[in-house]
Amino acid sequence: MTTLDNPAPAVTPPTPAAGRDRPVRRDLGVANALSHGFLLIWGLLTVLPLLWMFISSFKTNGEILADPWGLPGALHLDNWARAWTGAHIGRYFLNSLVVVTGSVSLTMLMGATAAYVFARYEFRGRQFVYYLFVGGLMFPVFLALVPLFFVVRNAGLFNTWLGLILVYAAYSLPFTVFFLTAFFRTLPTSVAEAALVDGCGHFRLFFRVMLPMARPGMISVAIFNFLSHWNQFLLPQVLLQGDESKWMLAQGLFALSVSQGYAGDYARLFAGLSIAVLPVLAIYVAFQRQVQAGLTAGQLK
Amino acid sequence: MRHGKWPLIVTFLVPPVLLYVFFVVSPYLQAFQISTTDWLGYSADANPVGLANFTTLWHDDYVWNALKNNAILLALVPVLTIVLGLFFATMLAMGGRKGRAGVTGVRGGALYRTVYFFPQVLSVVIIALLWKEVYHPNKGLLTSAVHAVGLPSPTWLGDPATAFWCVLAVMVWSNVGFYVVLFGAAMSAVPKEIYEAVLLDGASRFTTLRRVTLPLLWDTVQVAWVYLAIFALDGFILVQLMTNGGPNFSTDVIGVRMYDTAFGSETKFGYASAIGVVMFFLTLSVAVLSLRVGRRERIEYS
Repeated sequence: MTTLDNPAPAVTPPTPAAGRDRPVRRDLGVANALSHGFLLIWGLLTVLPLLWMFISSFKTNGEILADPWGLPGALHLDNWARAWTGAHIGRYFLNSLVVVTGSVSLTMLMGATAAYVFARYEFRGRQFVYYLFVGGLMFPVFLALVPLFFVVRNAGLFNTWLGLILVYAAYSLPFTVFFLTAFFRTLPTSVAEAALVDGCGHFRLFFRVMLPMARPGMISVAIFNFLSHWNQFLLPQVLLQGDESKWMLAQGLFALSVSQGYAGDYARLFAGLSIAVLPVLAIYVAFQRQVQAGLTAGQLK
Repeated sequence: MRHGKWPLIVTFLVPPVLLYVFFVVSPYLQAFQISTTDWLGYSADANPVGLANFTTLWHDDYVWNALKNNAILLALVPVLTIVLGLFFATMLAMGGRKGRAGVTGVRGGALYRTVYFFPQVLSVVIIALLWKEVYHPNKGLLTSAVHAVGLPSPTWLGDPATAFWCVLAVMVWSNVGFYVVLFGAAMSAVPKEIYEAVLLDGASRFTTLRRVTLPLLWDTVQVAWVYLAIFALDGFILVQLMTNGGPNFSTDVIGVRMYDTAFGSETKFGYASAIGVVMFFLTLSVAVLSLRVGRRERIEYS
């Protein structure tokens, strides 16, 4: 696991030769100011678009057009209401929540069981099946898009949430299996051996002993999967085309952006985007360490 | 042991394998088969045409134009992202150099890291739609900022000369924060004594970054390179939502080509699959190449 806390302050070693001390320090003062400057600029570049979106969601369309940088004259919460009910962002939000809850649960169950077998049991063909899973990490989803569309349709799952849940889970398995296999391998074998000697069955061993021990890894990878399923756009756009009432949040936002082009209701679009952004940012800020660890750990292994 | 291991292996492995083979492996394999037919989608009428799709593809100027754009993205996005990522990660880890050979993180480093990571948790859709508004020629954040300084503003995404670079900027913007955190985590694993020794020897920051940090982080940088290369060959959703390949195909990428061919006005599934197959091999070779070229000896420190 990676920890992303600030490095602990260094223990100051003995002072170097006093003669070199002064010019070095002046030089560092300038460099420190510069580095702060660059860091600040990038920080602003990151925050400004988001802040602008949030502030604009409280303005009237007139205010947005007249002065894009200005503050709202009054808090126009009706924009949010228009987005939530009028553009059905509320419904799409709940749809996404249902589908993602289902798909993350399924991914975790299947990923954890498969990873556990790969990490802890020897059998013929294990390497092959493992690499079959992990190989999927290499390729973008859209390469399989055309056949996938027909696989889903022929299975009678086109335009259904169940179809989407199964597909999300299937395409998340490579990373989940890869990450959790590595994690299960790091757990001590002595506990498992002791449990087996005491007459604990293989299934009980997994659910009662190994799974609880794997909790930190499970949480990281669950957060990772949650974000990638929540942010998915391509799969619902292809597999959930027809019935508008079943749409995912990303599809609703896209439709909102398209209709904004005709209706000129910018404030509603900004409100809709804010509704989509705020919960994700809130979760991220609350679980920052786990989120960053979950998203980066896969690349560090 | 009361039970053998087999009941568990079978119950734990069979459902995931079935799900994976059905929805992932089989579509990838079918893509190869479909790419050798003239299938137009909804009818069952698919005749084998051999490699005809690939011959057409070779002479398709739109495909070459899209590939050219992908190639520029491939050349620029990983470099820019990694350089900026390393730069900010170094600043955060060592910006607070004290005069007396102490190496500390910059003040407020945790806050910077939190903020830089924001784009990573946002959906690509939101990033694309938001930046489309930022680039808006009338009311956009950027346009009015340029006007405020008193300069004439380009129309950003509306102009074939600027649109591509605007999209490229968003790609870099949305990735840098992730790599700042990734490189930061890798740097925190480097023993601090190394940096203090380098500092005592009077190395400048740039030398430190080039001669010490980069070699020590090489594995991580390499992985970052592969991921960003795959990202640059894709770039599909961002382009589709921001410009849909326009204006005048100036931002077209191969993913958009393929999507339009398959799900656009015509449903040329055979031809689209051929594009997919070409992309498959391109992605694979780029990934393998970057791993090969970048191979160096691992550095281990205890």
